[in-house]
Amino acid sequence: MSKVIKIKKGLNISLLGTAEKIMKKADQADLYAIKPTDFIGIRPKLVVKVGDNVKAGTPLFFDKFQPEVQFVSPVSGEVVEINRGERRAILEVVVKADAIIEYEQFKVADPKDLSREEIVEALQNSGLWPSLRQRPYSTIANPNDIPKAIFISAFDSAPLAPDMDYMVKDCVECFQKGINVLSKLTNGKIHLNLNADYPPADTYTKAKNVQLNYFTGPHPSGNVGVQINKIDPINKGDIVWYTYPQEIAAIGRFFEKGIYDATKIVALTGSEVKNPKYFKVLNGASIKNLVKNNVNDGELRYISGNVLTGSKIEDDGYIGFYDNQITIIPEGKYHEFFGWAAPGFKKYTASRTLLSWLIPGKKYRLDTNFHGGPRAYVVTGEYEKVFPMDIYPVQLIKAIMVEDIDKMEQLGIYEVDEEDFALCEYVCTSKTEVQSIIRDGLDLMRKEMS
Amino acid sequence: MKSLRRYLDKLKPHFEKGGKFEKLHSTFDAFETFMFVPDKVTTKGAHIRDSVDMKRTMSIVVFALVPTILFGMWNIGFHHFKATGQEGTLFEIFWLGFLRVLPIIVVSYGVGLGIEFAFAQFRGHEVNEGFLVSGMLIPLVLPVDVPLWMVALATAFAVIIGKEVFGGTGMNILNPALTARAFLFFAYPSYMSGDEVWTHGMIQGEGIVDTFSGATPLAEAAAGNIDKLPQLSEMFFGTILGSIGETSTLAILIGAAILLFTGVGSARIMISTFVGGLVMGLLLNAFSTAEGLSETAQAFFSVPAWQHLMLGGFAFGAVFMATDPVSASQTPKGKIIYGFLIGFLAILIRVVNPAYPEGVMLAILLMNVFAPLIDHYVIENNIKKRLKRAKIKA
Repeated sequence: MSKVIKIKKGLNISLLGTAEKIMKKADQADLYAIKPTDFIGIRPKLVVKVGDNVKAGTPLFFDKFQPEVQFVSPVSGEVVEINRGERRAILEVVVKADAIIEYEQFKVADPKDLSREEIVEALQNSGLWPSLRQRPYSTIANPNDIPKAIFISAFDSAPLAPDMDYMVKDCVECFQKGINVLSKLTNGKIHLNLNADYPPADTYTKAKNVQLNYFTGPHPSGNVGVQINKIDPINKGDIVWYTYPQEIAAIGRFFEKGIYDATKIVALTGSEVKNPKYFKVLNGASIKNLVKNNVNDGELRYISGNVLTGSKIEDDGYIGFYDNQITIIPEGKYHEFFGWAAPGFKKYTASRTLLSWLIPGKKYRLDTNFHGGPRAYVVTGEYEKVFPMDIYPVQLIKAIMVEDIDKMEQLGIYEVDEEDFALCEYVCTSKTEVQSIIRDGLDLMRKEMS
Repeated sequence: MKSLRRYLDKLKPHFEKGGKFEKLHSTFDAFETFMFVPDKVTTKGAHIRDSVDMKRTMSIVVFALVPTILFGMWNIGFHHFKATGQEGTLFEIFWLGFLRVLPIIVVSYGVGLGIEFAFAQFRGHEVNEGFLVSGMLIPLVLPVDVPLWMVALATAFAVIIGKEVFGGTGMNILNPALTARAFLFFAYPSYMSGDEVWTHGMIQGEGIVDTFSGATPLAEAAAGNIDKLPQLSEMFFGTILGSIGETSTLAILIGAAILLFTGVGSARIMISTFVGGLVMGLLLNAFSTAEGLSETAQAFFSVPAWQHLMLGGFAFGAVFMATDPVSASQTPKGKIIYGFLIGFLAILIRVVNPAYPEGVMLAILLMNVFAPLIDHYVIENNIKKRLKRAKIKA
């Protein structure tokens, strides 16, 4: 086994509602949606209108800045709705699925026989190109760049995260095929990062054309940003691509069958789910059938993704393009009488300011309450405890707040992403919205550099 | 509880925008959030948030101060009874001190919070909880017989000049509690030092027995009377003269344990401050026989280094003052340098300066000023590392 990289700083928040490793089949969803908001920095241009019939693999919209990149329908059916938000920005393109899915047929070949250009073109047309993203900025990869390496995080360390070994255990061949595709796209290494705490699935350990790296330690050890920082940090001008196992398997399947098969496995998790299990769905599916008769009463927060970085959806909302987890937790709209002074046996904190440290190993049912009001920065050193990179998080945040581009660059903004700061945001005593500050900083930087 | 909540909900609209008392929003908000943690939920970013908030953090610090407060009250009574040659029960002794200290605490909180509320109102901010700690620290670093109007004046100075002019809690450069103390120290030195201010009733001089000396151990040491230093156990338990909260090393250590265990206080700063003090003490010990030193200086130089840590305000400063996160260094490496220099300079100023026998306050204030500079170099180092990495690659 190669070297194990130990992550010391971080935090595992122990929540109720881990998904049991049982694959359930829910009724096929009626509605599917592709959400342009899942993709950072694109400007969607529609190519369909309400009433159009599409097949699985038919483009729904493309990006104005990278017109070759198509965003395709996961199912065949009829475009029924185009939901718009402020200033008519497109939020969702909704497709009503046929009972039996028809696929667009693409020409296929063994990736080994194809040139880089041919592979890029195939991925762009098939709608799979958006699975490849780049650092810095976490935008969709630009095919004109040659990345210095491609990183794959094959474990998720976030709260209630699904088991990525379980998710790809049946697709050894398509995973390898996907890797073969990726190897055509870079001259550098493909890093496959595994968790050293348990023996990883053969799908990963037997993979060829990759370099295996092992990590151990608390969240965010599974964040690809942390892994890049430890293995091959990003300097100014560097570009690294990253993607995840399920996406690679989908790429492999495409080159096998020549169709856009949007199947993926998602974990239904969270304290308010009666039966937290895994489900096989198509990307963009409505969660309506998954949560039907399967959640507790009360006002609930439905999240596509995990509790730290996911996005809020409705109870009949759609699974995000990159998400492989649905989390459902209680909303926290209540006043707590002298809550700051109570002993706090039932509440969770990363510090030891509440008496709940007396009950180690307890799993918590956490809600969306803020537990306090926003304040100026007073406490120091708390971000550093959960932030494993060699970067000064508070100083970087302050540089972003005053829009000091030089300082942002010097302090390492290229190496970070919102998700790397999610734990900082969680622990913050001053209740600062750290992730959106980081996103603003990245957007500002991207604008400045383009 | 529920009726209170209903009452607040009824009042609330008057204090919101457009309401009758819109201008008093901050005040209402402060009282409301004091009684009820708000029902605000997350809208962006992480969907769950830690249960800790500023009120909790600050109340932990106040909680950690409780042993020093209680001991300080008892100690005041103890020395008053001793100085006047009376005997008293434990309760009588404590009660006397309690009655002396309580007004000082009330004045400090009243004045400080009043100004904080006014500024929050004026700026349209929330009222910050920072003063909950400062308001308790100020009485603890003052001598017992300080006039209440001085407490009020010093608190007002500390809050306005020490904090609000810089933008309020979180923005100040100097530790507010020490700013208050420094203000009094230089404005009214006769009330802040000497042999008479540390024992209740001694300034008036009534009924003080002749054999009682009101000099603090440090003053004795500075005068070269090493043989008059109290027993080690007295220094440790704190039955010595000094500011209200600073005398008992034991009570301070209990507070330190609470701060460190809960993670509220920085272990880096605390430990490095003690180490810095120890190093300077050892250095002075090594030079105590040097030529050209007067006899008094030789005696003061030879006080064992580790005893310095129990004398005067050293322990109190290291545990409760140096660790103030706003005025301290903010980077992990910076904290170690910052703490070490505080300890190092505190003992140096204490022993070597000719004017007064204590240096902790000035050392901390001095390092407060230098903390941003320390951070600057620590961060500069990180930036250089990043640049170097980029160059090697290129």
